[in-house]
Amino acid sequence: MMMRIDMKHIGVALATVLTASIASAAEYTVEQSNKSFVKDGQKVEQFTIQAGDTIHFKNQDPFFHNIFSLSELKTFDLGSYPAGEFKSVTFEKPGKAEIECAIHPEMYMEVDIQ
Amino acid sequence: MRNYLSQAKLNKSLSILLISMSILFGTPSSWAETSKPTPEDIKKYLRPAEIPQPANNMITPERVELGKTLFFDPRLSGSNFISCATCHNPALGWSDAQPTAIGHGMGILARSTPTILNTAYQRFQAWDGRARTLEKQALGPIEAGGEMAQSIEHLIPELEAIVGYQSLFNNAYPDEGITKDTITKGIATFERSIVSTDAPFDRWLKGVNGVMSPSAIQGFKVFKGKANCIACHDGFNFSDNGFHNIGLPDNKDEGRYSIKPIKVLKGAFKTPTLRDVALTSPYMHNGQYKTLEEVINHYDRGGEMNMGNLDPNMKKLNLSQKEKSQLIDFLKSLTGDPIKIVIPQLPVK
Repeated sequence: MMMRIDMKHIGVALATVLTASIASAAEYTVEQSNKSFVKDGQKVEQFTIQAGDTIHFKNQDPFFHNIFSLSELKTFDLGSYPAGEFKSVTFEKPGKAEIECAIHPEMYMEVDIQ
Repeated sequence: MRNYLSQAKLNKSLSILLISMSILFGTPSSWAETSKPTPEDIKKYLRPAEIPQPANNMITPERVELGKTLFFDPRLSGSNFISCATCHNPALGWSDAQPTAIGHGMGILARSTPTILNTAYQRFQAWDGRARTLEKQALGPIEAGGEMAQSIEHLIPELEAIVGYQSLFNNAYPDEGITKDTITKGIATFERSIVSTDAPFDRWLKGVNGVMSPSAIQGFKVFKGKANCIACHDGFNFSDNGFHNIGLPDNKDEGRYSIKPIKVLKGAFKTPTLRDVALTSPYMHNGQYKTLEEVINHYDRGGEMNMGNLDPNMKKLNLSQKEKSQLIDFLKSLTGDPIKIVIPQLPVK
C-alpha cells in the first residue's frame, strides 16, 4: 500500500514537472529589419532566454538574410530566406550562442541561455 | 451650329495634338517632378558630412601626414620597391587598372586591388572581410609574402633609422615611438581620410538642376527598381557591407567562406562601393570584366551557379538596351570631383 502511494505521488510530481517545463518553454520572435536584429520594435544585441525556449527569426527586409551560429554551444545554418519568412531555433542547453547573418555580418546578437 | 461644330473639331484636334506631344516629349511639369530626388532618396543617398573614426585613433593632420608618407613609401616593402600606392594608385581611382594585383617579384595575385575610397565607411576590409578595421587591415599587405613581403620586425628598425620619420611619428603619436601599432594607425588614418567628393548625383540630390542627364536619372530609377541593384548596392556608399556570390562564370575562389564556413558564403565577396566606379576598371574581385557594359550584361543574365552557390537576389533582369545605357549613365554620375593629393616628399636617411 505504502509503495503504491509513493508511486502515485511520484507520478503526480513528474507530471507537474513536465507540465511546468512545457508551460515555461517560451517562444520569441526576433525580426531581421533594416539589417539589424529587432525584438519588440527595438534593436537587440543581447538577450536572455531559458533552456528549451525557441526563437523565431523572421525576415522583414526586402532582401534575403541567412542566420547562422558557429557557437560551441549550438551550430546551425538556417540558409537564405526572403522577406516575410521565418525559421526557428530551439535552444536546449544553457550557455551563450552568438547569432549572425552570413550575408550581412554587421548583424550580430548574443543569446544567453539559462 | 456650324461654328460650334468647327470649334469642337478644333478643340478635339488640339487635344489630340497635345496628348500626342505629351506622349512623345512628356509634359514639362511632370518631367520636372519625376526628375527630382524623393525625400527618401535624399535621406538615404546624401553623402555624410562626418567621417567615422575610432576613439583611440582620431583623425589629426599630423596623423594623416604620417600615414600618407608611409602609404607612398616603397621602403615599407621587402624589396623597397612596392608601396601601398603602387597598387592603390590615386591616379587610377586608388586602384591599379590591372585585372588582379601584381605583388612581390611581379607575381600576379588572385584578386583585384580594391579602391581605398570610402573604406572609412566599410564595416569590413579586404574582399573577404578578414579585417574589421583599417588598423587591423593595414599590416596584412605589408607582411603578406606575395604582396609587399616585409616583416614588421624588419620594418621597425628600418623606419627608426630614417631621421625624418622620428619626427613624423612623434608629431602624430607623441612618445609612442615607431611600433606596429603606430605604423598601422598612421596608415589607417590616411586611408580613412580618402572619402568621395561631390559627384553629379550628389549635386542632383542637393537640388542643382541640369547636373544629371535625363538618361542618368532614369538609370537611377532602374537601379532602384527593375534591376534591383539596391539589394546589395544601397546607401550613400552603395554597399550593404555584405558578402554575396554573384555567379561569376570564371570564379574558383571561395572568398568569404574561408573566413566563415557557411554555405551561402562559398564564392561570396564583399559588396564594393560604386562611388567613382567608372574610374576603377577592370571590375569584380577577379577583374574579369573590362567595362561597365560587361558588368551590366552579367547582372542582366543573372549570374551562374558557382561552387553550388548563387546569391538568391541574383536573377535574370531582361533589361532593354536603353535601360542598360541608362544604368551606365547613372553609374558614371557617381564620379566625384578629382581628389587633390600632394605626393609627399619622403624622408631620406
